[in-house]
Amino acid sequence: MSKKTPEINSGSMADISFLLLCFFLMVSNIDTDQGLTRKLPPPPDPNAPKPDVKERNVLKVLVNKSDRLLVQGQPIDIRQLKDKAKEFLTNPQNNPDLPEVEEVTINNLGTVRTTKGIISLKNDRGTSYDMYIQVQNELTAAINELRNELSQQRFGVKFADLNSDAQSEAIQKAIPIAISEAEPENIGGKK
Amino acid sequence: MARFKKSGSRSVPGINTGSMSDIVFMFLFFFMVITTIREVTLEVKVIPPQATEIQKLEKKSLVSFIYIGQPRKTSLGTESRIQLNNQFATVADIQSFVAAERASRDESEKNFITTSLKVDQNTRMGVVSDVKQELRKAGAFKINYSTRKKAKNSNI
Repeated sequence: MSKKTPEINSGSMADISFLLLCFFLMVSNIDTDQGLTRKLPPPPDPNAPKPDVKERNVLKVLVNKSDRLLVQGQPIDIRQLKDKAKEFLTNPQNNPDLPEVEEVTINNLGTVRTTKGIISLKNDRGTSYDMYIQVQNELTAAINELRNELSQQRFGVKFADLNSDAQSEAIQKAIPIAISEAEPENIGGKK
Repeated sequence: MARFKKSGSRSVPGINTGSMSDIVFMFLFFFMVITTIREVTLEVKVIPPQATEIQKLEKKSLVSFIYIGQPRKTSLGTESRIQLNNQFATVADIQSFVAAERASRDESEKNFITTSLKVDQNTRMGVVSDVKQELRKAGAFKINYSTRKKAKNSNI
């Protein structure tokens, strides 16, 4: 007859693992590494000639030290910025005041109607970082919406859902992140 | 009717708690996987601003952080300060910081380092612009403005 081994009491196991759980809950923070990705331009070359950009191809976005927006000389609200940027970057009616439209042939996409528009963002040293991110966010939203529209139209899916690199590269080429940041000015005083 | 008659005592059997530990262990592993243990102690207060068009940072090992915000110790004033690794730094330190971050990575990965700017929402842009200028000089062009997620279509 085999000996009967007594069962190990596993009731306290739960307590031990609860302790471990509490430890991990306290020492860890849930991943918050997300944000707006940008690419900085290389430092300006003093010998390089000034780029020749036509007046109509530039959307001037200014943010002052009290976080007010000025777009093309007109004060506007942050909520209007996205539509303004979208209109500027597409120029749907071929308006002579908006950027030049050109037909470009891109691999995997064929001929696309693009504009030469560049958004020039300039902020004061006294602008709050919150406002700066809001502006960047609206401009990114405009570009993302345009990319989604083009992607839907050509490939039938959203830009983020494209699964081939060639396709997303083509869309990125058709609608680049055309945001240029001017050197900040110090109008609003120190800081 | 004898069929329905209960025989013996009517005590409720004890609940088996043996599987409890399995459930808790599952919780534990879940938390261990989704969390990251913070390596630096923050000397500055950082509440990032909110944004909707958020991208996730992909390779954790290729990200270096720069924190900007008000010091936690109130005795140090309210002026926004820069924190690199575990200590306060000035704008002039950034180039050597970038060089050190480069040196600690593999040769093949050096060009993919992203600098994540964790900046408090009340910071003035002057400091941030200075940092960006230094990053440009140091050749760290890929940056990420760290933000919190905001639900779309909500107006604040």
